[in-house]
Amino acid sequence: MSVEGWEPVVGLEVHCELKTATKLFCGCRNAFGDEPNTNICPVCLGLPGSLPVLNMKAVEMAMSIGNALHCEVRPSLFHRKNYFYPDMPKDYQISQYDEPINVNGWLELPDGQRVGIVRAHIEEDTGKTSHMGGGGRIHDADRALVDYNRAGVPLVEIVSAPDIRSAAQARRYVEELRAILMALEASDGRMEEGSLRVDANVSVREARTDGLGTRCEIKNVNSLRSLARAIEYETERQVGLLEAGEPVLQQTRHWDEQAQKTVALRSKEEAFDYRYFPEPDLVPVAPDPRWQREVATSLPPMPAERRAKLTALLGAGETTAAQADQVATVVALGLDKLVVEAASSGVDAPLALARTANEAAADAGRALEVDPAAYGALLLMEQEGKLTPTQAKAVLADLFESGGQPQDIARRKGFEALGAENVAATVADVVSAHPEEWQRYCGGEDKLVGFFTGLVMQATDKKASGKEVAAELRRLRG
Amino acid sequence: MSENTPARPERLTREDAAYVARLARVDLTEEELDLYAGQLAAVLDHAAQVAAIATSGVEPTAHTLPLRNVLRDDVVRPSLDREEVLAQAPRAEDGRFMVPRILGEAP
Amino acid sequence: MSASEIAERVRRGETSAVDVLEEHLRAIEECDGALQAFLTVLGDTARAEAREIDRRVGAGEDPGPLAGVPVAVKDNLCTRGLPTTCASRILEGWLPPYDATVVERLRGAGAVVVGKTNLDEFAMGSSTENSAFGPTHNPHDPRRVPGGSSGGSAASVAAGLVPIALGSDTGGSIRQPSALCGVVGLKPTYGTVSRYGLVAFASSLDQVGPIARTVADAATLFDVIGGHDPRDSTSLERLNPLALARLEEGVDGMRVGVVVELLDGADASVVKRVHEAAEALAAAGANVEECSVPELGYALPAYYLLAPAEASSNLARYDGVRYGLRVDAPSAEAMNGATRAAGFGPEVKRRIMLGTYALSAGYYDAYYGQAQKVRTLIIRAFARAYEHVDVLIGATTPTTAFELGSKVDDPLAMYLSDVCTVPTNLAGHPAITVPFGADDLGLPIGVQLLAPALGETPMFQAAAVIEGAAPAAALPQICASTIGANQTSTRGER
Repeated sequence: MSVEGWEPVVGLEVHCELKTATKLFCGCRNAFGDEPNTNICPVCLGLPGSLPVLNMKAVEMAMSIGNALHCEVRPSLFHRKNYFYPDMPKDYQISQYDEPINVNGWLELPDGQRVGIVRAHIEEDTGKTSHMGGGGRIHDADRALVDYNRAGVPLVEIVSAPDIRSAAQARRYVEELRAILMALEASDGRMEEGSLRVDANVSVREARTDGLGTRCEIKNVNSLRSLARAIEYETERQVGLLEAGEPVLQQTRHWDEQAQKTVALRSKEEAFDYRYFPEPDLVPVAPDPRWQREVATSLPPMPAERRAKLTALLGAGETTAAQADQVATVVALGLDKLVVEAASSGVDAPLALARTANEAAADAGRALEVDPAAYGALLLMEQEGKLTPTQAKAVLADLFESGGQPQDIARRKGFEALGAENVAATVADVVSAHPEEWQRYCGGEDKLVGFFTGLVMQATDKKASGKEVAAELRRLRG
Repeated sequence: MSENTPARPERLTREDAAYVARLARVDLTEEELDLYAGQLAAVLDHAAQVAAIATSGVEPTAHTLPLRNVLRDDVVRPSLDREEVLAQAPRAEDGRFMVPRILGEAP
Repeated sequence: MSASEIAERVRRGETSAVDVLEEHLRAIEECDGALQAFLTVLGDTARAEAREIDRRVGAGEDPGPLAGVPVAVKDNLCTRGLPTTCASRILEGWLPPYDATVVERLRGAGAVVVGKTNLDEFAMGSSTENSAFGPTHNPHDPRRVPGGSSGGSAASVAAGLVPIALGSDTGGSIRQPSALCGVVGLKPTYGTVSRYGLVAFASSLDQVGPIARTVADAATLFDVIGGHDPRDSTSLERLNPLALARLEEGVDGMRVGVVVELLDGADASVVKRVHEAAEALAAAGANVEECSVPELGYALPAYYLLAPAEASSNLARYDGVRYGLRVDAPSAEAMNGATRAAGFGPEVKRRIMLGTYALSAGYYDAYYGQAQKVRTLIIRAFARAYEHVDVLIGATTPTTAFELGSKVDDPLAMYLSDVCTVPTNLAGHPAITVPFGADDLGLPIGVQLLAPALGETPMFQAAAVIEGAAPAAALPQICASTIGANQTSTRGER
């Protein structure tokens, strides 16, 4: 199905669980994966007579998020959002309504495009429901089990303007937002654990027109890939309807990962009446100028700034598209400090960047734990020719696995790069042993480099550097 | 929101009462619905007197206290004993609260 | 015997807490059958608490200003491991896993919690007839209501079953029953007493307060339960100095306003008593004048939008999922609807519906939103009045105790008995009712004093003067013998 002539208009709502030690309104532990219903108390269980008390750290993190997204941080109120659901201990959620803490900001994507941020407010999370008895399918369940460990965990809900124009851009938005939240240490960014959740509002319109079509809210998207797929699918679906002369109905739709499509939920014709009113058990929040300043001035470097720093390390010339990608990857994974450290100990920036974007990124979790000085030392060894690239990669793997010092690891593995005379000697041996191939190479068959290199590698137990062999062959050829 | 006093709303009907009972998840019999609709309409007639009061330019009072920024430290406190809590649950299974199948979606 | 006297004697070792307790438990056993003030009598736990008090006194410790004093606690206050029903079927059998802050403070002062008292279901009502477990009777005439919602607490104090009790007041629920039963009842300034553990009815209006036979006991109990609680975000720092300390300073030079709107529509006998009380204040040196606060007439309609609105939200949690009653059904949604239908009484259902309606889309501005603005007008009106006076005086409730069953079929008529009390809750101010004589049938009349926020000190001072000038109180019909015994008891003296 073609979507030529149409463009999707997408706004994203991202719910971010804050990495506080305790819940939003009580001192229960904020932790993922504990035994069900072991982190509960009268407050987060909503027992009769319980009352909420606001977590200062959550407010501070919300202010940081507001600052990082260039929002206006304002005095705010909490409101009750009233609805019934078993995972809601009070059958109302304490949230923020028309006086939220952060408004009117923006997020800058790596390519410079800006997406507006309408608001970023604080609210409490719900418990977790497991539907049982239907072989895993919700529709066939005969009962549900509820765990309230997550009930009351602090959330910041970040609502973007409908400025996003493609599935790919949506993905980049979430990646950048996640990187910002992780840089602030407000979130651990684990979509698969549910600490970062994304809902997409999608509508379509004819290309190069203004105005907004009817939108659908897409829920149950659990990964970046699903997000992109869901937006693409929904765009096609809506275009298909409109081109057939049918209207798009305003609906909430579920992304079905198995079927790879969005499905309308069993419906509610009426829009939900949440009967918002100001939360009487909480007083207004109005951070004083001093606190606001403290928070604003202690923001850690943001991803954009960190990307700029890496790019600057690459030097004054044009960075290639590949290098730009490497920079983005490295910062998104939080590995830029490795590159910076390596560069400051004398490693060429392009090499440090490439190794980090490739080998380190492949094992990002462990790369975050590695000692930056050891990492830098290893790259230096490679750069100085003490290790071949292949050897360097092997040492890196060990370094990630069990730490230590690269020199020791190299020695243990019996790596020493061959000295230049040894390379020349071995090449000379191999060349004189294969005169026919040598003739052809001298005649211009450059691909025979591979043939000779292979033999040199065999002869030297892979201790030669491919580049050095190629350079020696060219030198001999003249 | 208009700065003027809002127009006095119309009288509560039986349909309104039924809608509200659904929203509040309280099942009512037909007799109860009739009885309550009548009683509520009478109360609302009285309460709706507020509509006639001039409140142009008056801020609503959500809190009578002068308090702001009541906050607590992000410090872990003891949780309840799960067994004590589940002992009060109407139905529990596997350390969790059990309910019959949930038909609707969470908003 | 007053609470102060009991505590004094227990601390001095002149009487044992156990003896005091047994005496009161006997009175409860004798009289509560007719009165029905108690939902749960905590004999065993109370005895253990009393023994502990005696042990501490014996060891030379001071258990506190309420040492050995038996206290009744309204059954919408959480008591750990002990029934807390809010007089509702939906919480029948529920045992809270925690104590309300005020209960902790009671015990911390040496009091002995002797039982949980009856109330209108979830504190919604003015007669205690809305209890799911039957009404309480007025000790002065068992055919009449004790008032509500703290009817059980007021009746138990009036009948001498306990010297003091805790109630809660959202629109008059301490003051009105205290007046109808002839005892002292205080609604403190909003925020001075922790709501942690008070099962919420209307969060911005609810306060816990003392009910006692003397103003001094009410002040003592207020001092004990009041003060900042970090578990309640709407909690204020403790009143300083404490109320009891300045109680006897008199009213010389105090400016007192007799509010015509708090007398409008009241029975003639009630109006007469209010004027007598005002004269007593004048005789004691106060400057008494009439004043008018017309905006008080807005209070009742605003209250009957705001309170049910907050209640409709506060009571949503009773859904059969985590505790309390569950009526089984094939789906969670159906289970909710059936549980709440079976678990809530008619008044609670009415208020939930009223409140839901007042908040619903399309009506919020006209009802709830407008009522919040009217609330501002009432606060401003009080502020203007308090520029000229220190305390206000008026009726607590327009009539004396009415007959059981006489208003249950007419909710609006029932709501009108709150007309003198609700303005205080909307403003967050304190108010106290002091018994002052009776009507021609011998039914008690209460006179109400009002003060601005944190104005408990002058208010208590005026209350003490009025108490001193009050006509001798008639003994109640129920438990008259016990009251007499309690008042003149020399048992336990060593």
